[in-house]
Amino acid sequence: MLDSLQRLGKSGLETLSTLGRAGIFLVNGLFVVPSLRGFPLFVRQLFSVGVLSLPIIVVSALFIGMVLGLQGYNILVDYGSESAIGPMVALTLVRELGPVVTALLFAGRAGSALTAEIGLMKATEQISSMEMIGVDPMRRIVAPRLLAGFVAMPLLALIFNAVGIWGGMMVGVEWLGVYEGSFWNNMKASVDFGEDVLNGIIKSVVFGVVCTWIAVFQGYNLIPTSEGISNATTKTVVISSLAVLGLDFILTAVMFGDF
Amino acid sequence: MRTRTMEISVGIFILAGIIALAVLALKVSGLSLSPAKPTYKLYAQFSDLGGLSVRGRVSIAGVTVGRITDIQLDTDRMVALVEMEIDQSVDTLTVDSIASIRTEGLLGEKFIDISVGGDPEYLADGDTIIDTQSALSIERLVSNFASSLGK
Repeated sequence: MLDSLQRLGKSGLETLSTLGRAGIFLVNGLFVVPSLRGFPLFVRQLFSVGVLSLPIIVVSALFIGMVLGLQGYNILVDYGSESAIGPMVALTLVRELGPVVTALLFAGRAGSALTAEIGLMKATEQISSMEMIGVDPMRRIVAPRLLAGFVAMPLLALIFNAVGIWGGMMVGVEWLGVYEGSFWNNMKASVDFGEDVLNGIIKSVVFGVVCTWIAVFQGYNLIPTSEGISNATTKTVVISSLAVLGLDFILTAVMFGDF
Repeated sequence: MRTRTMEISVGIFILAGIIALAVLALKVSGLSLSPAKPTYKLYAQFSDLGGLSVRGRVSIAGVTVGRITDIQLDTDRMVALVEMEIDQSVDTLTVDSIASIRTEGLLGEKFIDISVGGDPEYLADGDTIIDTQSALSIERLVSNFASSLGK
């Protein structure tokens, strides 16, 4: 009985201290004095987390948009209101699926890569040798990655939304024969820029911060063995996904819930 | 040279994100870059809105001329007070115009349709349309019909 209580307390304390270290880590990583010399590092990271994630984001968005169009049409046609397919696809993507699916894919594609990369740097003692020669790893490794993730994620979500709506339009208008005019006009009438698009962007910014933070911290904090790297990579994906889904509910309740 | 292609692709990526934002703003949410057209306010009282909502459209002969900006309950007379913004270009609505709540299709959005009358006087900013027709409620029709059958 006492033993199990002790174990519970111990794991609680460990979780809290990890959270605390992660918080200090984020602050340290973000509040390094930015310099122009660091900009190429930032661009390089933006390339590897942003540009290289584009193919998977675009392809997934296209298919998700097309499936939404198809499913929505099949449901709405029973009620004779298939022209509501435009608002349905757009609102679903802009409010929910865009930010959430992008964040899940981002965690899987870019987050795991970040963790593994930093983990391997730690295992091969590149980080400690950097410290040895007087280069701040926070500045050289952590800060550009964090910032690149924060910038890349909202951009990816925006591209996801646009491509997804285009996919929904292809299925709805070109294939199933919904009138193009009613598709776009109904969409314009029910999608609000501030209420829907901006809230979606806020969501994707939050998810970008959380996913990148978790990925970089997991990489920086892991036990530098091959097993440790694999564990940390798995953790990155699992924790990021859970955090995204949980935060999404809270954000949705705050943004769209009526209270 | 390799950094150059990398930087170009990052540039394209950021540009694509900005274009996506522009598409979402202009094409999807219908945000207009041109300054908002001058509008004036009209009010109308209805005994039953039947699901009319703020941001719904106001039309004349099917052409959108404005939108619903506010819906309140007039607690004195217990009717719904609807505030509408009408384009300034449509300033020849006569005082005897009729505002009726219609439905787009069978299950579509509710909107207000204004049919213009023949009075020489025009409605001005802040005026109230007196002649209104509330939403057609199928339930009410059915219950009226059923009670008239019982007589």
